[in-house]
Amino acid sequence: MFRKKTETPAGDGMDYLESIPRRVVTLWIPLILFLFVLLFPFYWMGVTSFKSNEELYNFNDFSPFWVAHPTLDNIHRLLFRTAYPEWLLNTMLVSVVSTFLSLFCAVCAAYAIERLRFKGARYVGLAIFLAYLVPPSILFIPLASMVYAYGLFDTKWALILTYPTFLIPFCTWLLMGYFRSIPYELEECALIDGATRLQILVKILLPLAVPGLISAGIFAFTLSWNEFIYALTFIQSSEQKTVPVGVVTELVEGDVYHWGSLMAGALLGSLPVAILYSFFVEHYVASMTGAVKE
Amino acid sequence: MFVDTKHHRPAKPRAAPAPPRFRLGESRAAMGLLFMLPAASILLLFLAYPLGLGVWLGMTDTRVGRIGHYIGIENYEMLWMDSVFWTSVFNTFLYTVVASIAKFALGLYLALLLNRHLPFKAFLRAIVLLPWIVPTALSAIAFWWIYDSQFSIVSWSLQRLGLIDNYINFLGDPAWARASVIIANVWRGIPFVAITLLAGLQTIPPSLYEAATIDGATPWQRFRYVTFPMLTPIIAVVMTFSVLFTFTDFQLIYVLTRGGPLNATHLMATLSFQRAIPGGNLGEGAAIAVTMIPFLLSAILFSYFGLQRRRWQHGGTD
Repeated sequence: MFRKKTETPAGDGMDYLESIPRRVVTLWIPLILFLFVLLFPFYWMGVTSFKSNEELYNFNDFSPFWVAHPTLDNIHRLLFRTAYPEWLLNTMLVSVVSTFLSLFCAVCAAYAIERLRFKGARYVGLAIFLAYLVPPSILFIPLASMVYAYGLFDTKWALILTYPTFLIPFCTWLLMGYFRSIPYELEECALIDGATRLQILVKILLPLAVPGLISAGIFAFTLSWNEFIYALTFIQSSEQKTVPVGVVTELVEGDVYHWGSLMAGALLGSLPVAILYSFFVEHYVASMTGAVKE
Repeated sequence: MFVDTKHHRPAKPRAAPAPPRFRLGESRAAMGLLFMLPAASILLLFLAYPLGLGVWLGMTDTRVGRIGHYIGIENYEMLWMDSVFWTSVFNTFLYTVVASIAKFALGLYLALLLNRHLPFKAFLRAIVLLPWIVPTALSAIAFWWIYDSQFSIVSWSLQRLGLIDNYINFLGDPAWARASVIIANVWRGIPFVAITLLAGLQTIPPSLYEAATIDGATPWQRFRYVTFPMLTPIIAVVMTFSVLFTFTDFQLIYVLTRGGPLNATHLMATLSFQRAIPGGNLGEGAAIAVTMIPFLLSAILFSYFGLQRRRWQHGGTD
């Protein structure tokens, strides 16, 4: 699955055919436009969160694109006068627990489908793929009625138990592809040496599959951090909310929008995934493209 | 490998394995069942069962806190006469078609640009993906502020450049609101399409391009007759995912417009939420969600055949 990139990317070999002005027009100008559009909202988020209110609403005396007098008021308000720190903790807790739960289930399932090859494993694999395509927007209503019925409404358990519905299919699918790339001979040797299936999984397959596990884990964590509709539906009280839902529902009530704090909330809520992502870009890209390519 | 392992492990006397345990270890069905158990129980309980329950709820008059009774297809009959529902169906299709085409065209263009010889390639690829990894609800808030009716930076800039006289009412005017949410969705979707197609582009052997160039192919011909056919299978898969995600989108609309103005941006997902959760009418909401299933199924079938073709293209080695 981690297909090795071709040493010279396509087109590379013929770059000398292009003159510099032509290269500027066909490559650099469009690329810079793309980057500008894709990154501007983040810049705007950042700039807004450090502006004071007078600067925020006065485009004539202050240039909107720059902060004349940076202030931490917005972030201070966010951290000390709202439940934002609690939302951060909740999101972290729910994401971490559901990611590990899903990884455990996915490792077992992927091993069973890919290596034990029990009867019907192929169909189970296909079912897992189909499960990945079931969108939360058609599941949240029946899940909501189940959550009420089981008394899980407004608890973190509602999220911890429902997030795996989209994390397990994804992780299983990814790990199946990863396990497939590990030579079967290694396991045969272990089998002959008398290892049990569990020992093979824990001592041989998992250490070799660490990059795949990291990819699946990072992606699952990001997916649960970004989840919105379940958290919006199953959680009511402010102190149980996750960051995306909390920022959207709690910070914008009323007629006065505190744009500074809103942007600061959006920025701070994006930072954990952005930082995690920056450390594991390659794994992230591999899991994204891998899941689609498999 | 086999011989090596043998050398490392001097033969040590070992008791014959106990028969029952040995049999359990060898019975693939039993082991398979055991290993599938955690994933299967969660998926059956929280995915397969709700899916069926949703279809059932769609045929009842369930409200929040009250068990519903079977009412047949009454919900669907009501929806059939409901102009808001038809508006949401129209919006969903408009949103999906326009956004998917834009995402595909711009994403492919960006992928082709990133596939050229560039300095800081890895870095560029990493920052291009940012819109995709950041929580949609949070980036939607940034767009909300960008689209603000009084303090929109876009309106301000356009006015400064002398292109418009009055501030644009991005989210207040039905036509502008539709365009605005589509733009925000495209902004978020481009990176996914671009990076996945880039991965596909990198698997195309450069020798094909060299051969085409020697044969006198123009850049357009190289794209049309080499890049595009080699990329078709991955395009099919990426676009299926993109269509699925766009069709069932919820967060962006919920944050930006909540379906307004005048239901101009209500998608089927947001309408189903509005009727079911704040409206308390779980049955009707479930019925709206169920009407999305046929469209999703056709998209999934499309994806399945897309994958099949890929297997064939690789000479059955996949």
